[in-house]
Amino acid sequence: MSTSFLAVEALSKSYVPGAPPVFENLHLSIHQGEFVCIIGHSGCGKTTVLNVLAGLEEPSSGHVLMGGRQINGPSLDRGVVFQGHALMPWLSVLRNVVFAVRSRWPEWSRAQAEAHARKYLEMVGLGHVLQKKPAELSGGMKQRVGIARAFAIEPKMLLLDEPFGALDALTRGMIQDELLRIVRSTSQTVFMITHDVDEAILLADKVLLMSNGPRARIAEVVEVTMPRERTRLTLHHDPQYYRIRNHLVDFLVHRSKDYGDGGPAAAGHDPRHPPVVRPGLEESATVTPLPLERMRPPLAAVPHESPPRLRAQGE
Amino acid sequence: MGTLNARDKLRAALLSLLIAVAALAIWHVTTVKPAPTAATGVSAEYAALMGKGAEKTDGLPPPAKVAEAFVHHLGRPFYDNGPNDKGIGVQLAYSLARVGLGFVLAVVVALPLGFAIGMSPLLYRALDPFIRVLKPISPLAWMPLALYTIKDSDISGVFVIFICSIWPMLINTAHGVASVRKEWLNVARTLELKPWRKAFEVVLPAAAPTILTGMRISMGIAWLVIVAAEMLVGGTGIGYFVWNEWNNLALPNVIFAIVVIGVVGMALDALFGRLQRAATYRE
Repeated sequence: MSTSFLAVEALSKSYVPGAPPVFENLHLSIHQGEFVCIIGHSGCGKTTVLNVLAGLEEPSSGHVLMGGRQINGPSLDRGVVFQGHALMPWLSVLRNVVFAVRSRWPEWSRAQAEAHARKYLEMVGLGHVLQKKPAELSGGMKQRVGIARAFAIEPKMLLLDEPFGALDALTRGMIQDELLRIVRSTSQTVFMITHDVDEAILLADKVLLMSNGPRARIAEVVEVTMPRERTRLTLHHDPQYYRIRNHLVDFLVHRSKDYGDGGPAAAGHDPRHPPVVRPGLEESATVTPLPLERMRPPLAAVPHESPPRLRAQGE
Repeated sequence: MGTLNARDKLRAALLSLLIAVAALAIWHVTTVKPAPTAATGVSAEYAALMGKGAEKTDGLPPPAKVAEAFVHHLGRPFYDNGPNDKGIGVQLAYSLARVGLGFVLAVVVALPLGFAIGMSPLLYRALDPFIRVLKPISPLAWMPLALYTIKDSDISGVFVIFICSIWPMLINTAHGVASVRKEWLNVARTLELKPWRKAFEVVLPAAAPTILTGMRISMGIAWLVIVAAEMLVGGTGIGYFVWNEWNNLALPNVIFAIVVIGVVGMALDALFGRLQRAATYRE
């Protein structure tokens, strides 16, 4: 795996000494320019994994290598979009982004930093609210400021912690499209947590399926075998979409709990090399296709309203 | 609170005026006395011995007398005729200077210390018992100790202000700093902020509303305490003025000073209220 841009090796994390770790023996790799989503139920430690990648939390064991070097703390190389947007409420929209830009390029003049920040705010369609305070913006706009702030520091990698979780369906769809456009145009490497199966299929090149905690692990790596140029509106015309979607939903509903101690899927599962699955193209032995009547086309405008909706409260 | 329209505000103002007029009227009716007649049984000689006459010592002065005191003092606020005869402006300036100096010293100590306590749970724990014991001590209880060790009544007054205004600021700063949202600190970390930039551009603005609330409380207490402190140490200041006029039995002047103390306290509070609003952010 020496070619991978980011490599996670044998990562585990336990908060209470003696108690079983939230996750353990976690291995994964991300290539440059790749968009990776991670899906799993609440409590499997997705946010912890992201925080470890960000350098905000220390793993109990294992390590994270980026470009061959070990991550020892937060860095401007990894931009984070936080779940709750985490904007500074006392700063205007523009100042929030300038704040980050000045951290990245402290030698820049004020005008230079502002021009740079403005460019990224215009990219997310917020050129008209630069002087507003975050409290004056809608939830979707706030999250777009958070995205602009993360992009503006031009990190080598972007970490998104369920960034659209708190947004309504329409806003979510619009921002997903925006994010996809920006990520494609900048060849950004992205690691993103989501609870939304459709979001994962729309955005990701590969989806990591995490089994339930404690002792959560990466159960499978699902490759999204669809053309990279996807749009939310045409996604569901591709028959491949349903195969992938069913596979993911099936995992979350039925199989995510099978990887615990003595679970039916635990034996023979090698956490170092979780099976790479391409649903519909090469059926893996572990996959149980859903009965046909459970397949329902999603609503185009509200894709994540499709059943079963697996969203968590506490993460 | 808050959502009165213009008409209601006008009504409230009219009501305030009505209350003021009524209070003055009652005051006037209950204190005004019939003109002294010669047949009071007190000889003119005795009256002359007692100074300007008996009316001065007899109960609360009527509003008209107090109004005279207002006109007299406000007409010439800044004269200085020696130790016991200074204009009200001069006395206020002394008091405000003591309060200002003590307050600024308290800010200089409380802000960095509060920052440190708020940042470090260890320090918080370690200093907590001292703060708990020192906070409820009446600032005036320090006065003898201050006078004995400092040997200067002016500086002792400043010290008393310092010691009474430090606690609300210290506690609020520590609390504000300790409760800065984790996600803002995480943003600071992912942006690799230098410690001073984190302190001044993240923690300070985030904690500013709480800190300024502490300052507002401190200033309120300081203004309460200065009057008592100056009565005790004497010499100058609005507190000394009150005590001096009491010794002169010039009650109209005492009432005048009470009103002035209230108005200045209100102005100080309004000033800090404005600062507080400026620092408050909406989430």
